[in-house]
Amino acid sequence: MRQKPLLLIMKEAMTWLLALSILGPLSLIVVNSLKTATEANTVTMNLPLKLQWVNYMEAFEGGSLLHSFFNSLLMSSVSAAISILVTSMAAFVLVRNRDRWNKMIYNYFFLGLVAPLNYVTTIKVLQALHLQNTFPGIILVFATLGIPFAVFLFYGFISSVPTELDEAAIIDGCGLGRLFFNVVFPLLMPVTITGFILNFLGAWNDFVTPLYLLNKQDKLGMINAIYNYFGVHFNEWNMIFTIIVLTVLPVLFLYLIGQKYIISGMVSGSLKG
Amino acid sequence: MQNKKIYSRLFVVPAFVLYTILFILPVLGGLYYSFTNWSAMKPTITFIGLDNYKEIFFSSGSYLKSIYHTLSFTLYTVVFKLGIGLVLALLLNEGLKTKKVLRTVFFLPYMLSPLIIGIIFISILGPDGPLNMVLRFIGLDHLTHSWLTEKNVVLGSTMGVEIWRMVGWNMVIILAGLQTISKSYYEAASLDGAGRWKQFTQITIPFLMPTLMIAMILNMIHGLRVFEIIYALTNGGPGDLTEVINTQVYKEFSMGRYGMSNALSMVAFIFTLMIAYLIKLVSSREEAAS
Repeated sequence: MRQKPLLLIMKEAMTWLLALSILGPLSLIVVNSLKTATEANTVTMNLPLKLQWVNYMEAFEGGSLLHSFFNSLLMSSVSAAISILVTSMAAFVLVRNRDRWNKMIYNYFFLGLVAPLNYVTTIKVLQALHLQNTFPGIILVFATLGIPFAVFLFYGFISSVPTELDEAAIIDGCGLGRLFFNVVFPLLMPVTITGFILNFLGAWNDFVTPLYLLNKQDKLGMINAIYNYFGVHFNEWNMIFTIIVLTVLPVLFLYLIGQKYIISGMVSGSLKG
Repeated sequence: MQNKKIYSRLFVVPAFVLYTILFILPVLGGLYYSFTNWSAMKPTITFIGLDNYKEIFFSSGSYLKSIYHTLSFTLYTVVFKLGIGLVLALLLNEGLKTKKVLRTVFFLPYMLSPLIIGIIFISILGPDGPLNMVLRFIGLDHLTHSWLTEKNVVLGSTMGVEIWRMVGWNMVIILAGLQTISKSYYEAASLDGAGRWKQFTQITIPFLMPTLMIAMILNMIHGLRVFEIIYALTNGGPGDLTEVINTQVYKEFSMGRYGMSNALSMVAFIFTLMIAYLIKLVSSREEAAS
């Protein structure tokens, strides 16, 4: 379909106009994070009189922000790693041996894609395991929340990995452990990256799970810390936005370097649905 | 290969155990406790049958309203997310020069925590906030509202924010669907003299149908689960005007009425199950068709 260049330019301009509705609100955060408290009292698009970089210094004062940052980093990365490890192993066996039981197990995992987690009873389970309000507890819950989609993701990818490699490795005397970790797992890199990023971001951005399960101020991650800060400093938009920018930066960084993987994960989730 | 014995189910055990204990068990437990009066105020848990559900569906409280709000939130957001997502995908699929940058921009909100988006929009939707300023600037003064407090617009405002967040996600999914349609169909149609509109209705839409169905179902699941956006923007208020099932679940939980909280969760779960059944219908129909 060839089109007139003028028409194409008009379409491009129109799409950028629509994109302003996304970029506008986002630039608003950055602009207002650089104002004084009085300037930012009502949030406007006016540029700051003088750039208040000092807000960013102030945000780190007292160390509680850095503390929440490392909490987030710990919970997100460890839970993503656990999730990837257990699901890639499970998906490998489920793909390679599609007997009746394994098909049922796959469907059992699939249920988790539609059903929402019941937080109230999860608290009771964590209490019984003596993991309530602990990092291991919340990390395991985050990892579990990632399992259904990751199983689905790995299952689709491993289906396309040829079995000849398996056969050669088995003839060479590999057991299941060496076959998977030394031969197959390195081939899964693209989907491992996708799965890791999606699980990491899922945990990083999750507000609800810690809201129910983590009743300890010193263990909260960035998102829940922002909400608590917002509750106390309701009108200090400059500082609220400063903290938001600092929370979003790592996400933005991951998004920009891993965009290819993130989008391929999203798309495979919907096309093979 | 003959011998599948090497693929031991031991490898499934860690994922299976984690998922069973921390996902399935709580869901089943939730079902059980929804028939009880489990509460922080009572020393014992007694089985009360369907009483919680009766209270949800037949009392004059906000429960029924929250179900109604959840369903209309889901319906409206699904329609607009898909519609706008489709338009954007079609625009980007035209061979725009800055397609990649635009895709990055539109998908960006999906990468942010819904809670953060909620907080950002509290500032944008205020009476003197940037949205009203823009409306005044372009002369649409009569369209300005106090978006988060006025009775007739507040639920719509929360929907708008959710749509803003998810439009790019829908665009990406639909764009991928569009790219699976072979160019040769369009070339053949052009040779036969079919116009752009005819090509759209006769080729694009039918081939895109499976993608649109899946996207619709996923959007419905997202819609029924809505919580953070509303919790941050209005916390269900003013009054109970934006109360949805999951804000009620949290409120009952904070009041220590765990049995009731579970019953409300179950109601949301049942709606989701109906959608899961829809998925099964769609996918089995597709298998039959292919």
